[in-house]
Amino acid sequence: MKKIKMKETNLIDDFQQKIDRDEKIEPKDFMPEAYRKTLIRQIGQHAHSEVVGMLPEGNWITRAPTLKRKLSLLAKVQDEAGHGLYLYCAAETLGKSRMEMTQELLSGKAKYSSIFNYPTPTWADIGAIGWLVDGAAIMNQIPLCRCSYGPYARAMIRICKEESFHQRQGYEIMITLAKGTKEQKDMAQRALNRWWWPSVMMFGPPDADSTNTEDSVKWKIKRYTNDELRQKFVDAIVPQAKKIGLVVPDKNLKWDKKRNNGAGGYAYGKIDWDEFWRVIKGDGPMNNERLSAKKRAWDEGNWVREAARAHALKKQTALQAAE
Amino acid sequence: MTEEEKETSLWEVFIQPKNGLSHRHCGSIHASDREMAILAARNVYARRGEGQSIWVVKSTDIVSSDPDKKEEIFSSDDKIYRHPTFYDVPDDVGHM
Repeated sequence: MKKIKMKETNLIDDFQQKIDRDEKIEPKDFMPEAYRKTLIRQIGQHAHSEVVGMLPEGNWITRAPTLKRKLSLLAKVQDEAGHGLYLYCAAETLGKSRMEMTQELLSGKAKYSSIFNYPTPTWADIGAIGWLVDGAAIMNQIPLCRCSYGPYARAMIRICKEESFHQRQGYEIMITLAKGTKEQKDMAQRALNRWWWPSVMMFGPPDADSTNTEDSVKWKIKRYTNDELRQKFVDAIVPQAKKIGLVVPDKNLKWDKKRNNGAGGYAYGKIDWDEFWRVIKGDGPMNNERLSAKKRAWDEGNWVREAARAHALKKQTALQAAE
Repeated sequence: MTEEEKETSLWEVFIQPKNGLSHRHCGSIHASDREMAILAARNVYARRGEGQSIWVVKSTDIVSSDPDKKEEIFSSDDKIYRHPTFYDVPDDVGHM
């Protein structure tokens, strides 16, 4: 018994040393259970977010203002599906089945990013999502390309390469609207007002209240804290908004020389964390709508899955008979 | 049939970027048969002209080495004579 315990301790030490040397962990390598669990939860949530993220934008595919915008939006939504699938396959290497993950999403047991529980009432919301939501996602995702788990890091590299088109197409929509008629500019401003705070919340609770940070940093799953990433995001977006004549809806926003270790950065106002927790717990404007859309798609797609299975079985039987 | 039994097979996807390069592993997908596997691999991993040929292989058909035997399979520290730098050649011989 003692011997087994010794062996386990050595394995954990070896594992940590490997991470400290910046080596990757691959699916068949030893890993502590807590590392596996953390990754399954994080990658699963990430995959679900990509998949649910298709819904708010899908809402505008048939109503995109021009053919060019429709093509871009279709390509973007298709990318989100692809990103979800890269991530599901990374999570599967940790021993969790695709079916199990799907069931957990549909039953509401698994979480996805709260940002997708907000509605997209106007075309400008599509611009704001690309610019702000994808912008925030990129801030989060770039450090994940160097995460210690090989399959997750590889999926993230692929995702980040594709994601930059998403943010640019969103910002371009906002530029076009901001340069348009007064109504169009107002529409862009209102979309920025709606999406600003939820986007700032996307980085998660403040460092002081974040429970998962310490281990994740030690294991090099997480390389920056929530607040560090949030600061980077605010610093990047504020000048972009100014450039197109839109106003970030935060009266307390001002340049602060002391931020970023004296390099300067924007100080921002108080974030309504009550709203954040309310939406996470299921009380956002679109939580029910999103989950029922996923359930409906799953149920209505059942005959397709069944037909594919039946077809595969039929062909297999015919092949065996010929042999 | 239980939900677990309904799970479609997992396939590993390899893409050859262009002639002259090898097919390279890029991820996996789920599909019920070979044709669907190629189709899904194309939709998931080749949306931007990533290559010119796709291989899909059922994950269960891949045989892999035991990660615990990494040292004994791959150790070559004791066989330095297999590397060119083990052999001394006079400098004035030039590149060899």
